[in-house]
Amino acid sequence: MIHLTIDGEPIEVKEGTTILEAAKLLNVHIPTLCHHEDQAVKAVCRICVVEVEGQRLLPAACSTPVTEGMVVKTASPKVIKARKNIMELILARHPQDCLVCSKNGSCELQKVAKDLNMNRPNRYEMQVRDARFDNSSPSIVRDMSKCILCNRCVEACSQKQGVMVMAKENRGFDTVVVPPYGKLLADTSCVNCGQCIQVCPVGALSVHDDTERIYEQIDAGKYMTVQIAPSVRITLAESLGYKPGTVTTGKIVHALRKIGFHKVFDSDFTADLTIMEEGTEFLHRMQNHGTLPLITSCCPAWVKYCETYGYDQLDHLSTAKSPQQMFGAVIKTFFAEKEKIDPKDICSVSVMPCTAKKFECRRKEFHDSGFQDVDISITVVELAKMIRTAGIHFEDLEDQEFDAPFGLGSGAGQIFGSTGGVMEAALRTVYEVLTGETLEKLEFMQVRGLEGIREASLTIKGQEIRVAIVHGLKNVEGILEQIKAGTSPYHFIEVMACEGGCIGGGGNAPKTMAKVRERQRAIYEEDQKLPIRKSHENIYVQKLYEEYLGEPLSEKSHKLLHTTYHSRRDLLR
Amino acid sequence: MEEKRVLLRNRGKIDPENAREYIAAGGYEGLKRALNMNGEEIIKELEHAGLRGRGGAGFPTYRKLQFAYGAPGDVKYIVCNADEGEPGTNKDRILLSSDPCSIFEGMAIAGKAVNAHVGFIYLRAEYSYLVPILEAALKTSREANMLGENIQGSGFDFDIKLRSGAGAYVCGEETALFESIEGKRGEPRFRPPFPGIKGLFGKPTVLNNVETLANISVIFQNGWEWFRTLGTENSPGTKLFTVCGNVKRRGVFEFPMGINLKDLIYEVCGGMEEGHELLAVQTGGASGAIINASQIDMTLDIDQVSNSGGRLGCGTILVMDDRNCIIDIVRNNLDFFRGESCGKCTPCREGGTRLYQLITKISQGKGSVKDIDTIQDLAETMRLTALCGLGHSTAVPVLSSIQNFYSCYLRHIDKDYCPVCSEEGE
Repeated sequence: MIHLTIDGEPIEVKEGTTILEAAKLLNVHIPTLCHHEDQAVKAVCRICVVEVEGQRLLPAACSTPVTEGMVVKTASPKVIKARKNIMELILARHPQDCLVCSKNGSCELQKVAKDLNMNRPNRYEMQVRDARFDNSSPSIVRDMSKCILCNRCVEACSQKQGVMVMAKENRGFDTVVVPPYGKLLADTSCVNCGQCIQVCPVGALSVHDDTERIYEQIDAGKYMTVQIAPSVRITLAESLGYKPGTVTTGKIVHALRKIGFHKVFDSDFTADLTIMEEGTEFLHRMQNHGTLPLITSCCPAWVKYCETYGYDQLDHLSTAKSPQQMFGAVIKTFFAEKEKIDPKDICSVSVMPCTAKKFECRRKEFHDSGFQDVDISITVVELAKMIRTAGIHFEDLEDQEFDAPFGLGSGAGQIFGSTGGVMEAALRTVYEVLTGETLEKLEFMQVRGLEGIREASLTIKGQEIRVAIVHGLKNVEGILEQIKAGTSPYHFIEVMACEGGCIGGGGNAPKTMAKVRERQRAIYEEDQKLPIRKSHENIYVQKLYEEYLGEPLSEKSHKLLHTTYHSRRDLLR
Repeated sequence: MEEKRVLLRNRGKIDPENAREYIAAGGYEGLKRALNMNGEEIIKELEHAGLRGRGGAGFPTYRKLQFAYGAPGDVKYIVCNADEGEPGTNKDRILLSSDPCSIFEGMAIAGKAVNAHVGFIYLRAEYSYLVPILEAALKTSREANMLGENIQGSGFDFDIKLRSGAGAYVCGEETALFESIEGKRGEPRFRPPFPGIKGLFGKPTVLNNVETLANISVIFQNGWEWFRTLGTENSPGTKLFTVCGNVKRRGVFEFPMGINLKDLIYEVCGGMEEGHELLAVQTGGASGAIINASQIDMTLDIDQVSNSGGRLGCGTILVMDDRNCIIDIVRNNLDFFRGESCGKCTPCREGGTRLYQLITKISQGKGSVKDIDTIQDLAETMRLTALCGLGHSTAVPVLSSIQNFYSCYLRHIDKDYCPVCSEEGE
C-alpha cells in the first residue's frame, strides 16, 4: 500500500493507483477531457495537471502513479492558472455555438469550461480548427471543427471495433482526426456503429438527426407506425436524466402516442419472429449439413463489417432479417392489408439504440413490401430530444400498452438487447423444438456476461452444440480467421458490434461499462417478469404464421423475412 | 587552444567502413574487456566513470543501464538515438561518418550489461546517405566477429539493425522514437513507465545518444580512472561542441568538459568577424537559453550551464553578432517548434503556434506589453504542463530572451525601426 496526501488529506491506496483515481476516493474530482474510464490513459489534454511537492513540472493526474509520501495539490493557484491557460487554448480553436450544438448540455468541454470559471476574454485570435463538415454518413455526423483531439474515437474505432477509419492526420496546430485519404465517412469501411459518438466528449461526432423527417411525415398526414427495440425501454430514461437501468416501457408508449404515432409496436415481437426464422434455419443447417457455423445477422454494423472484412464468409450469415427489417416488411404487407391502408400512406418508424439501423433501413435489399420497408430510424437520444421538444413531462406520464397485434413480445425477444440475448433466445426455442420437452430452467447462464468472447457447449438430444457469443468487433477478427481456416469449433455464433450488445449501442446516451452492467441487469429482470419467455410461445407470432406466413422458412417467409448479402471488399481498396 | 581528440581520435585516420582498421587502432578492445565482465561489473565501471548522457538531459548513463538490467524479461533492446535533429547540431553525424564502429562497440557493451541481443540505430532521415557507410561498417564488424553470434567465442550474441523515420524532430524524443521504430505515428508516450522498464515494443530498453555510446567504448578501452582525468568532477570526459553562427571558424570541436564558453568563442573559433560585436549566444540548440554578451564567461559542463538557467544540451553553440535581432531569432525558433509539434498534447499543439503568432505580432511592430505578458504566461504553462520535452523546451528560448533582452522587446513595441524584422515583416 502507498501512503500519500491529497489536498492535505492523507490516504492509503494500492500501488499502481493514479493520482486521479486516488483523488476520486477522497471525493476530489480533478477535471478531465481525454480521460475515459473504459479506455487507455491518454494524458494528452493536460487539463488534469496537479502540483506534486518536490516536482518542477505539473504532472497529469490521469497518468501519474502515486508514490510513497507524495504530497499532491489538486487545486492550488498554480494548478488552476495552468488549467485555465490550457482551456483558453482549447476554446480559441473551438466554435462558440454551444446553443445550437447537438451536445449542448451534455458536452464535457462545456462542463469543464464552466467549472473552471473561464470568465476573462480569450487572449488569442479565434481560429476554429480547419476541417470539412461531413454528414455523408446516414448514421454519424462529423464536425471536426469541434474536435479537441482527445483521441477517444480513434481508440474506440481501432482498438474496440478494429475498423480503423479514424486516425490523426497532419501535425501540430493542423492536426485533425479524419478518415483515410480524405474520404468522406460514407465512402469508408465505417460500420456505422456509433461507438465513436459514445466516447466523443464534444459535438465533433454526433448522431445523424432524423427527427425533422418524422415531423414532416406527421404533417403530411401519413399513417404513422413506430416500433421500439428491446433495449429502448431500458436506456431511454437515462437520456432524460434517470439512473441507468430504469425501465419505462409504458411511459415511452404513451410519449410516442403524444408525439403523433397512430400505432406503437414492440420490436420484441419481431425479435421473436427472428428467432423462429433463424432458429429454424440453424436446425435446418444442422440437420442437412449446411454451412456452419451459422452467425447471427441482426446487427447491421456487424453485417457491414462482415461484408467488408469477411466478404468471402458471407454464407455463414443467417439470411434472417433483423427484427427492425422484419417489422418493416410485415407492416407494409400483412398489417396494411389487414387494416386496409395503402402501404404508400404508411410511414414506418423505428426507435433503436443504434446508429447503424439508419444505414440498415436504407439498404436497397429492404424494399420487399414494394416500398422502403422502414422509412425512418431514429435513435434513443433522438427520441429523448423529441420528448423534450414536445414539452412532455415524462415523469408524470401514465403507462400505456403497446398496440395489438404487434405489441406482444416474449422474454426471449426482450433479451435481444443484451450481448448473449439472441443466443439465449435461440437456445430456448431450439431446445424445445429439438427435444419436444419443456425447459425446466430458461436461463442459459453460460452465455450471459460481458466478456468479449464467451463460449458454451450444450448437449441437446445427444447432439453437442457449441456456441460462441462475441461483442466488440475487434473480438470477431480471430473468430473470422478460424472460420476462414476451417478450424472454427462452433456451430452457432452471436455477434454484436457494440460492447454490451444493443444496450451499449451507439444511439444511446453515452455509456460506461458500469452503466452497461446496470442496463444488462435491468434487461434480464424484464425477461423474468414477462408471462411468455419463449419466442415460439408468442401467440401473436403463432397467429401470424397461421394467417399469413405459413411456417418458418416458407416461401412467403423467404420473400419477406430473409435477405442476401454482398461483398463490400472494394471499400478496403 | 588545442582540441582534445578522444571521440574523434580516428577521424580521418581510418576507413570508417572497415572494422579491421578500427580494430588496428585499438578498437573493440573495450568490448573484449566487457565480454569477460558481468552486467553488474559493467554498470559499476560506468558508475565509477561518471558518464552522463550527451543527448541533452545529462542523465547518468549507468542508471539507465541499471533500470533495464533490473527489469524482468528475456527480451531487451539497446537503441542508439542517431536522430540528430537539433538545429545547428552536427556532432553525431561526424561520429557516424568517421568512426561508426566506436558506436557499435558502445552498443554491444551496453547489450552485454543488460543481456540484450538486438540493437537498433535510429538514424535521422536526412542522414540516409550515411546508410552505406554504416551497413559496410556493420558488415566488416560482423566479419571480425565483433557483432553477430557468439562474439569472440564468449557465447554472447549481439547484432544491430538500422531504422529511419520520416524526418520529424520529435522522433528524437526517446518514446516517440520507439513509436516510430514500431511503425506508428511519431508521438511521445507519457512516463512512467520509463523505457528501462517498458520501452521499444514494450520491452526494457536502453536508449543512448550516439556520443554517449562512443564514450562507453573509450571508457572500456582505457578504464574509468583514465576517463575521470578528463573533464570536471560532475561531468567527466570530453564533449563535442558544434559551434555555428557568426564566428570566424565554425564546426565540431572536441574539448574536455569545463571549457569556458568565452574561450571557445574567441580562442577556438576566432571570435566575431571584423567590425561586428557579439550580440547573443544560444547554448544547447533551439531549445536552449539565449544569453547576452555579458553572460558568456561560463564554464561549459552539464551542471554549471543548467545552474545559469540554460542547458548544455547536445553541446551546440549558436553565436549571433549585431547583424541579428533577438526577436527575429526567437521567431525563427518558434517557427521551428510549431512546425515540429506532433499535435498530441494541448499545450504544445496550440501553444507553439500561439507563441509564434504573438512574437510575429511584436516583430511587426504591432505588439504591446500585454503581449509580452501573454507570451510569458503561456510559455510558463507550456513548460509546466506539456507532455514531452519538446513542449517544455519551446518555452526556454522565449523566456530567457525576455529576461536577457527585455530592452529589445520594448524597442519593437515602441515601434523603433528594426532593420532585421522589417525586411521580413508583413
